Amino acid sequence: MYVAVKGGERAIDNAHAWLAEERRGDPAVPELTVAQIREQMALAVNRVMTEGSLYDPDLAALAIKQSRGDLIEAIFLIRAYRTTLPRFGSSAPVNTADMACERRISATFKDAPGGQVLGPTFDYTHRLLDFKLAADGEAPVAPEGEARQEPTPHITGFLSREALIQTEEESDEIPPDLTREPMELPAARALRLQALTRGDEGFVLGLAYSTQRGYARNHAFVGELRIGSVAVEMEIPELGFAIEIGEITVTECESVNQFKGSKTEPPQFTRGYGLVFGQTERKAISMALVDRALRWKELGEDDQGAPAQDEEFVLMHCDNIQATGFLEHIKLPHYVDFQSELELVRKLRRAAGADQAKEAAE
Amino acid sequence: MSDYNFAYLDEQTKRMIRRAILKGLAVPGYQVPFASREMPMPYGWGTGGVQVSAATLTPEDRFKVIDQGADDTTNAVSIRKFFERTAGVEVTEETSAATIIQTRHRIPEAGLSEDQILVYQVPIPEPLRFLEPRETETRKMHSLEEYGLMHVKLYEDISQHGAIATAYAYPVKVEGRYVMDPSPIPKFDNPKLADCPAIQLFGAGREQRIYALPPYTDVVSLDFEDHPFEASKADHSCDLCGALDSYLDEVITDDRGGRMFVCSDTDYCRTRQAKGHIGAQLAAKKEGAA
Repeated sequence: MYVAVKGGERAIDNAHAWLAEERRGDPAVPELTVAQIREQMALAVNRVMTEGSLYDPDLAALAIKQSRGDLIEAIFLIRAYRTTLPRFGSSAPVNTADMACERRISATFKDAPGGQVLGPTFDYTHRLLDFKLAADGEAPVAPEGEARQEPTPHITGFLSREALIQTEEESDEIPPDLTREPMELPAARALRLQALTRGDEGFVLGLAYSTQRGYARNHAFVGELRIGSVAVEMEIPELGFAIEIGEITVTECESVNQFKGSKTEPPQFTRGYGLVFGQTERKAISMALVDRALRWKELGEDDQGAPAQDEEFVLMHCDNIQATGFLEHIKLPHYVDFQSELELVRKLRRAAGADQAKEAAE
Repeated sequence: MSDYNFAYLDEQTKRMIRRAILKGLAVPGYQVPFASREMPMPYGWGTGGVQVSAATLTPEDRFKVIDQGADDTTNAVSIRKFFERTAGVEVTEETSAATIIQTRHRIPEAGLSEDQILVYQVPIPEPLRFLEPRETETRKMHSLEEYGLMHVKLYEDISQHGAIATAYAYPVKVEGRYVMDPSPIPKFDNPKLADCPAIQLFGAGREQRIYALPPYTDVVSLDFEDHPFEASKADHSCDLCGALDSYLDEVITDDRGGRMFVCSDTDYCRTRQAKGHIGAQLAAKKEGAA
């Protein structure tokens, strides 16, 4: 016979203990160190920092270790930690024109000041499993060249000079912070970009891809993709000027989009923008395409009813921590709701059965 | 856990949440946007309720957590443990002894009192959400008191099924003004929302909304004159305590169609059993043993 289930607490403790054992795996295999993850799983670390909204490679690596490589779980750990941190202030905007570029490519010009720099990319590798990696422990060494000294101006700057690309209005307005204020719609572009940077890489990629396949197609070129380190400066009230507090690596993508003009705008190129932590270029490009698709209203374009144009749809569903939480919560007990549905379905079936019996009798 | 503030959240955040609660109490049934924080448990696990509880708890409080009416469901255990660790408050399973009760999907069977607060975990705070997915639209509909769509939905239910086919999260109207989602409680619980001496607070973390019912608020379940609202439950008595008036869970006991019905409110059931009430199956078992 059923007795009310007791022992939820012990079940939870045992589940946690089992999880900890599984996380470690076979103890005969050496344990991963956080430093190993940070150095050798760098792209996973970058994704966790970007979507976790916290630039800290060591903590991101720790989160990946703790989450057994489940990156969304790792992002969640970082987010939950981040909310508890005190805020000392805001940095000055980073100047990506001064970036020390490791990689910088443009798909729109064969060459431009600063040059095309491939950097450490998978782009032209042949995707053949390298079985040697399974065996040897040799540390590869890349040939070194002279560091370039000349500046690397933004590609869109050249189009700007000819007024061929839409100008972005400068603004000193403090951008809103969706981690401190409830999201209000319609959202300003700064808020949209913030949400997209934090948004799930897969979701943003899928939306960007949909624009390429005709759901609000916006003819994107990668005007420029640059990856490198930028200085972070902060205004110190006691000093009265900004000082450099550190360096971060970011990926920036500016898309250049064909635009035939609208009722309100002349024919010109338009832009989409993506900025993320670390080398995370798939996300940065995806973000730029979705950003551009979301700008249809301001550019006087038609609403084609495409998902990527729908600000509410995109912003309310791009956060993987919200999405996974709500999706997975259906694992929690729903006995009570289900019982009420059970009663309802039984009642409706009784009523339907009675109707049928009546009809048959007639 | 001295690394964290009392009840986990920092005082600034609590102040922000308390403001939203006060606004919610001032405008009963209105959904107040608030800057929900990322909590150390997932969205959908009661982050809204946890934040509201954190903002209302004081060190003198006695805290009770139920999920599906029960104190011992895994998530209720987990949330209770969270506040034991971060707030060090006294916890209880006794409904009448608790000053703050956090709940998911149920209202306790025992009547509440004026010195109690009932905190609901809310997944989708918007009663119009499944009729209109856009928040921008539903906010407009609330401000214009444009609830025709909801009445049409209920009417369509009656014309198709002969009855309103909503069994839980049954919409209510608060003080003749706002249509409100009572959270996914079974409609059996709806009458307890009205005229309740306790403060009722609703927290939706992922959706960033708080709303409230001050004590003794007028709360009416939507219905039609010729199809009045009916609070329904399984047509049985509890097999453990014999209660006829409590909401019942159905438990499958074997693979031959065997089942029993037990109170979903575990404290209610235990209290009744302690007073000597006994249900059919428990009585049969005791007889068998004797």
